[in-house]
Amino acid sequence: MPNSPGRMSDYWKKNLRTLWILLSVWFLVSFGFGIILVEPLNQFKIGGYPLGFWFAQQGSIYTFIILIFVYVARMNKLDKEFDVNED
Amino acid sequence: MDILTWTYILVGLSFAVYIGIAIWSRAGSTNEFYIAGGGVSPLANGMATAADWMSAASFISMAGLISFSGYDGSVYLMGWTGGYVLLALLLAPYLRKFGKFTVPDFVGDRYYSNKARVVAVICALFISFTYVAGQMRGVGIVFSRYLEIPIEWGVVIGMCIVFFYAVLGGMKGITYTQVAQFCVLIFAYMVPAIFISMQLTGNPIPQLGLGGSVADGTPLLAKLDGVLADLGFAEYTAGRKGMADMLMITLALMVGTAGLPHVIVRFFTVPRVKDARLSAGYALAFIAILYTTAPAVAAFGIYNAINSTSEKNISELPVWVQNWQKTNLISVDDKNGDGKVQYLADPSANELSIDKDIMVLASPEIANLPNWVVGLVAAGAMAAALSTAAGLLLVISTSVSRDLVKTFNPRISEKKELRIARIAAAGAVLFAGYFGVNPPGFVAEVVAFAFGLAAASFFPVIILGIFSTRINKEGAIVGMISGLIFTIGYITYFKFLSPELNTLEHWWFGISPEGIGSLGMLLNFLMCYFVSKFTPAPPQHVQDLIQEIRIPKGAGSAHNH
Repeated sequence: MPNSPGRMSDYWKKNLRTLWILLSVWFLVSFGFGIILVEPLNQFKIGGYPLGFWFAQQGSIYTFIILIFVYVARMNKLDKEFDVNED
Repeated sequence: MDILTWTYILVGLSFAVYIGIAIWSRAGSTNEFYIAGGGVSPLANGMATAADWMSAASFISMAGLISFSGYDGSVYLMGWTGGYVLLALLLAPYLRKFGKFTVPDFVGDRYYSNKARVVAVICALFISFTYVAGQMRGVGIVFSRYLEIPIEWGVVIGMCIVFFYAVLGGMKGITYTQVAQFCVLIFAYMVPAIFISMQLTGNPIPQLGLGGSVADGTPLLAKLDGVLADLGFAEYTAGRKGMADMLMITLALMVGTAGLPHVIVRFFTVPRVKDARLSAGYALAFIAILYTTAPAVAAFGIYNAINSTSEKNISELPVWVQNWQKTNLISVDDKNGDGKVQYLADPSANELSIDKDIMVLASPEIANLPNWVVGLVAAGAMAAALSTAAGLLLVISTSVSRDLVKTFNPRISEKKELRIARIAAAGAVLFAGYFGVNPPGFVAEVVAFAFGLAAASFFPVIILGIFSTRINKEGAIVGMISGLIFTIGYITYFKFLSPELNTLEHWWFGISPEGIGSLGMLLNFLMCYFVSKFTPAPPQHVQDLIQEIRIPKGAGSAHNH
């Protein structure tokens, strides 16, 4: 029985685990690197950018895009594995 | 050809395209009017979402805002993009699976209560109205500045265009016009940015140019820090706001973005749950093109503005400064009578005032680009304002026809519902137009309102509605109302009642009114949790509904079940 309640709760748990991991990265690059740790990170440079400033105005945004596409790929795989994907 | 001719040609051409698309894709059913028939491809929906999202403020004002706030401007960049991660991961797929037309639909069904639905409708209307008034003003300003006609006429022309395709086309017309508008606005934003980046740093990619070096080999940002410090300003890359305030504003903008009804509703228009996820990714990628370019435009703009004016003879200022002096966006006042311009942090000695909008509006002239580029920027600014206004008008009309009229008159015919939706859209256009012509004195302030309210009202109850089976209608209603009242109260107190107290030492925990939506959200979450704990759990059919929306399979198109 592919859609038994037990299997669905496994699916949901794996989904939540994915969310926690991705949202931790989301928090780390923006609130962490871009705001809380911005001053120590500004001691380092990438090109002409102080690193903390780069995270706040560039890096966090690039990371956000990557996070969504990682989520899309991961969920598509999970949907197939648990046979809940759409046609 | 001169600037005015080019502007008329390019703006006129872009309008003809929008109207053509609107006629081709006009809506025939409520399904098409509300959610474009649910058949929009994720890529097209991503572009439409990006155009919907990027308003006149993003296009015209954001870069200038960053020019003058430097690192502190990061709150807008992170706040208005990071919200899409929350949307994609926490909201869009589940709301798509839920499969109805509006956010109040979800709140009403999940919390099995028409009271909750009505509270949600009021929030949606309030947020959308505050937002749309600012857009029509933007349309009017762009018209008057570039086409040299009065603001009132600009607003009226803008109203006619939006009326035409929002009222006729509904979501279907809006979606496909927004795809065209995205292309126009992003092209118009990038062309001057690329040329200026090349002139200043030799690198055609503005995102790399910002990290590049100016002609003498010093990194641009280091140079800018030095120039600003010499004039008595804070360094560009250093923060001025408190850390708590930075965190709270960023959070409020992120969560507010994810809670804005005109953004959420876009994810109802795609065919499948996985398309909703993917479409959020495309939307953010398209938005990021502008949002990663804006900080470069900001830094280039302020650097150029200072270099071409500071300590220069007033009679020898560059042509673009003289041109924009006519519009009062730049003004020079030779206080010490030495015939030169002093740009200084000290307001009593400063002789130059620059409006933030100039960083984008004057960018083609600063870079000595041909006249057609100026016309292009005008068309881009119009596209940004019109696309956002149209999306908001649709939320307003849907809220009235579906969430209010249909809820209390369930047997209304589809034809009649569609007519009411169109009448509501028309009414909303007139309302927005009125405020475009007679703007309330607090347009800038209401933006803080819109985001704060979206953060404090919708976001917590939608998240909890999906991720908890225990939160019930009592919790949701108390949560939304308390979040809303707290946030409205705090903003009203500091912005309208006692603006003289609007300083760091009076704020709670050092949080400015712009960031208070974060606390309102927290209050909403807590209220939802505790009130639900002491009241009965939701009925079985709601628990089943929650299990159902967590699984993608069997989404189908959105419908009237």
